[in-house]
Amino acid sequence: MTNYESFEYDVLVIGAGGAGLRAAIEASAAGVKVGLVCKSLLGKAHTVMAEGGMAAAMGNVDDRDNWRVHFADTMRGGQYVNNWRMAELHAKEAPARVHELEAWGAVFDRTPDGKILQRNFGGHKYPRLAHVGDRTGLELIRTLQDHGIHQGITVHMEYTIVTLLKDGDRVIGAFGYDRERGRFKIFRAKAVVLATGGLGRAYRITTNSWEGTGDGVSLAYHAGAELRDMEFIQFHPTGMIWPPSVRGLLVTEAVRGDGGILKNKEGRRFMFDDIPDLYKSQTATDPEEGWRYVMGDKNARRPPELLTRDHVARCILREVKAGRGSPHGGVFLDIAWIKEKMPSAPEYIKRKLPSMYHQFMQLASLDITREPMEIGPTTHYLMGGIRVDGDTQATNIPGLFAAGECAGGLHGANRLGGNSLSDLIVFGKRAGEFAAKYAKENSAGKVNDAQLEEASRYALEPFEREGSPEGPYQVQHDLQGMMQDLVGIVRRQEEMARALDGLKQLWGRANKVAVASNREYNPGWHTALDLNHLLTVSEAITRSALDRKESRGGHFREDFPKKDPEAQKYNTVVWQGKDGAMQLRREPIPEMAAELKQVIEEMK
Amino acid sequence: MSKQVTFRIWRTDANGGGKFVDYPTEVSEGMVVLDVVHKIQAEQANDLACRWNCKAGKCGSCSAEINGMPKLMCMTRLDQIPLDKPVTIEPMRSFPRLRDLATDVSWNFRVKTKIKKFNPRKPDASDGSWRMAQADVDRVQEFRKCIECFLCQDVCHVLRDHHKHDEFIGPRFLVYTAALEMHPLDTEDRLPELKQACGVGFCNITKCCTKVCPESISITDNAIIPLKERVVDDFFDPLGWLWKKLRPKT
Repeated sequence: MTNYESFEYDVLVIGAGGAGLRAAIEASAAGVKVGLVCKSLLGKAHTVMAEGGMAAAMGNVDDRDNWRVHFADTMRGGQYVNNWRMAELHAKEAPARVHELEAWGAVFDRTPDGKILQRNFGGHKYPRLAHVGDRTGLELIRTLQDHGIHQGITVHMEYTIVTLLKDGDRVIGAFGYDRERGRFKIFRAKAVVLATGGLGRAYRITTNSWEGTGDGVSLAYHAGAELRDMEFIQFHPTGMIWPPSVRGLLVTEAVRGDGGILKNKEGRRFMFDDIPDLYKSQTATDPEEGWRYVMGDKNARRPPELLTRDHVARCILREVKAGRGSPHGGVFLDIAWIKEKMPSAPEYIKRKLPSMYHQFMQLASLDITREPMEIGPTTHYLMGGIRVDGDTQATNIPGLFAAGECAGGLHGANRLGGNSLSDLIVFGKRAGEFAAKYAKENSAGKVNDAQLEEASRYALEPFEREGSPEGPYQVQHDLQGMMQDLVGIVRRQEEMARALDGLKQLWGRANKVAVASNREYNPGWHTALDLNHLLTVSEAITRSALDRKESRGGHFREDFPKKDPEAQKYNTVVWQGKDGAMQLRREPIPEMAAELKQVIEEMK
Repeated sequence: MSKQVTFRIWRTDANGGGKFVDYPTEVSEGMVVLDVVHKIQAEQANDLACRWNCKAGKCGSCSAEINGMPKLMCMTRLDQIPLDKPVTIEPMRSFPRLRDLATDVSWNFRVKTKIKKFNPRKPDASDGSWRMAQADVDRVQEFRKCIECFLCQDVCHVLRDHHKHDEFIGPRFLVYTAALEMHPLDTEDRLPELKQACGVGFCNITKCCTKVCPESISITDNAIIPLKERVVDDFFDPLGWLWKKLRPKT
């Protein structure tokens, strides 16, 4: 029947950010035929926006660092609901993955003795982030891209996947279209790796680009995969807030790692006012000690600006609510103050934070070497995601793997800065390796024509709805506003219940939106199809957040402001039931290996 | 302080042709051109095609020509351009047009695959790592700032006016080649292909590429001229040529 163009691969990777590229490289190196599909041009994925660095306990700057400390830091930051096996593998394997990037041409900043330089970041006990100024994500994606194009991977740029194809219980490929012409394509594959990143576009204020619409999470969910920890969304404490058009744009944590401090309108360094018990022993008691830490004094402890992101974001909100905020509703982030400490401060700032300097100069006409920045929290990262096996990144659906931000587990309730880029390369590699292994052990599945027909009908429907009252942008806009207001940084039972009702209405509207013009490079059509993903992940976030009646990491409940020790024993898992409705259960966290328990005890 | 401004945007039609269409639009403080395009997309022309990702000058997706100047739309503030007459926004001219502001830049991706990849010397340490001084990597780091927006390719007259896409790789890939050639660990020799396939000789140093680079990379001075010098030393220096012939083989 259908004569759509068809491609055949052993492994199909969906998403070409750090995780997808790394997975494709690994699978290809294992000798299987690999296809890589991405929504944008190659090298433009959201990884490019990562600024501060990638965490790897190489101990180049402080030789007390090792995988044990990194593991304990990651678990503490995640408030102990992490997939501890992933946290272990991540801490152990990150250094080798970073060295591998160097072998592929990455050029990191150097220590005086010529090694890879490492910088301080929130929640990391020692300077641990390999970096290139504040453009580490660009270095990562470009290195993988430039290596990957010589590995025999077939890249399909500017393609969108509509649905995963199934043969019985197994995923056997994907169905989508090229954005340029809007022609449908079939990708047959023995194994599929999802590496589609996050879902920040479900919120109004976000660091994410148009691509962050939760595609992979939603595709997996509709194919029967389980999602975990969807209540844990990271609101990055420092996004730009002025002028309005740049609201949400990321201001790297490296500003604080390199000496930046947070102040309210009274000039008070408010981060000293509330230091969580879990971090008291690791945090400086006064500004003097904090500065010594930044300058590399091994006996000094971290300044409180380098507490975890969930905590810093809430402290900022507290100041704003108490009327001590900046003119545009944030607080001040000040790196210019270090001129009191070093004569060459402007040069130091421009060298360490070149793109931040550039970004504020060009977009806000503000010189960060002279004036403080105005910042506020912004939706940044999904800690939860597709539930995977820690070793293999396999989902509960045979033939389907996931890695990077769209997979959940490593970060628990809160991700440490710098643990994302290392996540991409550690688990991207593993996903590629095990997807290739699966592909070698299994034959191709059979594509179901009825599924293709249904998917193409669904995709084309928006063109056929004549006389529809609205286009896709209004629905997207209203969804973002609702999630921001009702399921944002501070959450309440009745507001989230209202959000669930709101989602029902938005589903109704989304199913009626019409798009004009034809299928060629039509952003209206693309946005209409994205709505399904955005609504699916928004529902998963809301239901999971309603069920967790405590505050932990990125999930803060005003009606349950305390941590509940009982709630540390499970992860929230959602999946699609037989009737199509979203199901939820509390999945007990497996007992941690004794050796790892001991590591955590030692590092307390 | 919002006011009405007219934006004159290139729209393609079904026959592959196109024309400028005027969109009167309300603008406010701090907006960049990409904000305007998004506003028009949401309110007046849902199907207006343009590429963008990061909105912070880091991904190099939203390249276009604004009042005839090649720029990133996300980094061009409205208060930097005259608003009393229509602002024209059109696609890059050096590449085939796809739809509206999106162009077919696939040639760039094909060119890159033809350049010999990074080939490092053996690691200096047993953990697979190398030792390099910061001073020795500064130059390469400048080149690696490139976000592949292809504005340098767009403005280069060898490509834009003379269409030498088959003989000349353009400023972007000369910078790319320079980054590989000057990488302290790299052992590959790309000089013969630089002279032949890459067409480094076509560049006559008008520095237009350097002017439009949003990352302020000194493309001509730091990348292209040193590459030209290396090619000259290798192929056209008679004493050097003689020495290479006569020197004892190791």
